[in-house]
Amino acid sequence: MPKTIAEINEKVKRGKAVVVTAEEVIDIAREKGISKAAEEIDVVTTGTFSPMCSSGVFLNVGHSKPRIKLGGGKVYLNDVPAYAGLAAVDVFLGANALPDDDPRNKFYPGEFNYGGGHIIEELAAGKDVRLLATAYGTDCYPRKKLETWINLKDINNAILFNVRNACQNYEVGVNLSDRMIYTYMGVLKPKLGNANYCTAGQISPLLNDPYYRTIGIGTKVFLGGGVGYVAWHGTQHNPNVLRTDKGVPKEPAGTLALIGDLKQMRPEWLVGTSMLGYGCTLTVGIGIPIPILSEEILSYALVTDSEIFAPIIDYSEAYPQMKSEILGEVSYAGLKSGHIEVQGKDVPTASLSSYPKALEIASILKDWIQGGKFLLTELVAPLPGAESGITLKPLRERPIVE
Amino acid sequence: MDVSRRIVLHFPPHVTGQPVVYRLARDFDLSFNLLKASVSPGEEGLLIMELSGDQENYDKGIQYLIETGVKIQSLSQDVIRDEARCTHCGACINLCPTGAFSLEPETRKVLFDHAKCVVCGLCVKACPPRAMRLYF
Repeated sequence: MPKTIAEINEKVKRGKAVVVTAEEVIDIAREKGISKAAEEIDVVTTGTFSPMCSSGVFLNVGHSKPRIKLGGGKVYLNDVPAYAGLAAVDVFLGANALPDDDPRNKFYPGEFNYGGGHIIEELAAGKDVRLLATAYGTDCYPRKKLETWINLKDINNAILFNVRNACQNYEVGVNLSDRMIYTYMGVLKPKLGNANYCTAGQISPLLNDPYYRTIGIGTKVFLGGGVGYVAWHGTQHNPNVLRTDKGVPKEPAGTLALIGDLKQMRPEWLVGTSMLGYGCTLTVGIGIPIPILSEEILSYALVTDSEIFAPIIDYSEAYPQMKSEILGEVSYAGLKSGHIEVQGKDVPTASLSSYPKALEIASILKDWIQGGKFLLTELVAPLPGAESGITLKPLRERPIVE
Repeated sequence: MDVSRRIVLHFPPHVTGQPVVYRLARDFDLSFNLLKASVSPGEEGLLIMELSGDQENYDKGIQYLIETGVKIQSLSQDVIRDEARCTHCGACINLCPTGAFSLEPETRKVLFDHAKCVVCGLCVKACPPRAMRLYF
């Protein structure tokens, strides 16, 4: 001790690396003590499987004959609009995109059964997707209309690029009003009828590396069943929050921008998702290895559900009105017990994040590393920490006077 | 007197290989209109049908189904979980008014107790991956 990533990779290549999941490591360290565990364990694998709205895919569909310039035109994939503000045949499809004729919340609550997230799942499943495009025509790109099936295996590129994934901690949503509300935190019953949370807790990636010591730009990860990388800190990355003594943020904090090749990914780890009355999104499977370079790094990865706290927020008033009121704090151990107490009331809990799937991802990543086919990466640059001064700014509206 | 009812039949795996529906027609002179069928030999099966015929024959036919081990629901609708689609997130757990969903303590997987389901349909629209399906 301490180890280097190069040393760990040597062991990975020889099939000798000791890899455990973020759940397994808790008991191992309890049994052996932190020093011995840090000596023996090379890698701890983490996982999460949650709806992550800021996800999307860049597609290069290839040039038709004659050529068409989709950029500046209109592009639909299975009737869902894709962004066509790029070069001739590059388009971007976001997980929240909806067909123009989806009734949205006109029939409240809207069902949002199909959107961009579902198309990403279908592409990953190898299904044909209908591309419909209109363009204005130029001398070098004369065509004005294109209607064709496309398939992931035939197009040039499909780059999943999620600008905000793997949030480090999240809020607990409740409803103080006297009517049912439909939110991105699920259906919330009136008068504290239920409480919903959305992280994997003790096995979630950034909760196991609270100060971003090992997870940073360039980190190789499990993304949607394939291999991806941390490209940048995610949007709304907010390291300057209240933390516990062990550094665990007590509210949403760090985030990751992740990138990877959709062609390697699997539909079971990229699931099109519908939030009643809210919209469409994509449930993304992410697994991140934490190299145990020191006792300190291991000590962070030993975090348990009872040491992670989340703020309880009223989604009927405080959240929509941008009020910073919280109704209390609760541990993930409490949330996972099935009931928490809010304002003296016993409230049943539910998760929007799948712990069994998160654990499965951590186990798959463990197998990949143990099998010698997934090497760990050195950081290209660290994620901004508290010292960066980054804070989460609200929009300051300024009147536009013509 | 003739009757006609929509019924949901749950076939345990050992019954799916038997010609149950054929016998309903041959032995009890009942006519059926299949609304939904998902029966593979050796697996739990589901048949939703409109079953019609003489009242006395209808009752005998139902008795025969019960004796073969088929579970019958007289409801006109049924909620079924698409096991392949369920991600075990658990969003359904605190929504169900009858507590038909629970977490398996060891694995934290979501269990669906079909017997407790009253087909209110709340989970069908609230399920994020749309794994709960309502059948008519």
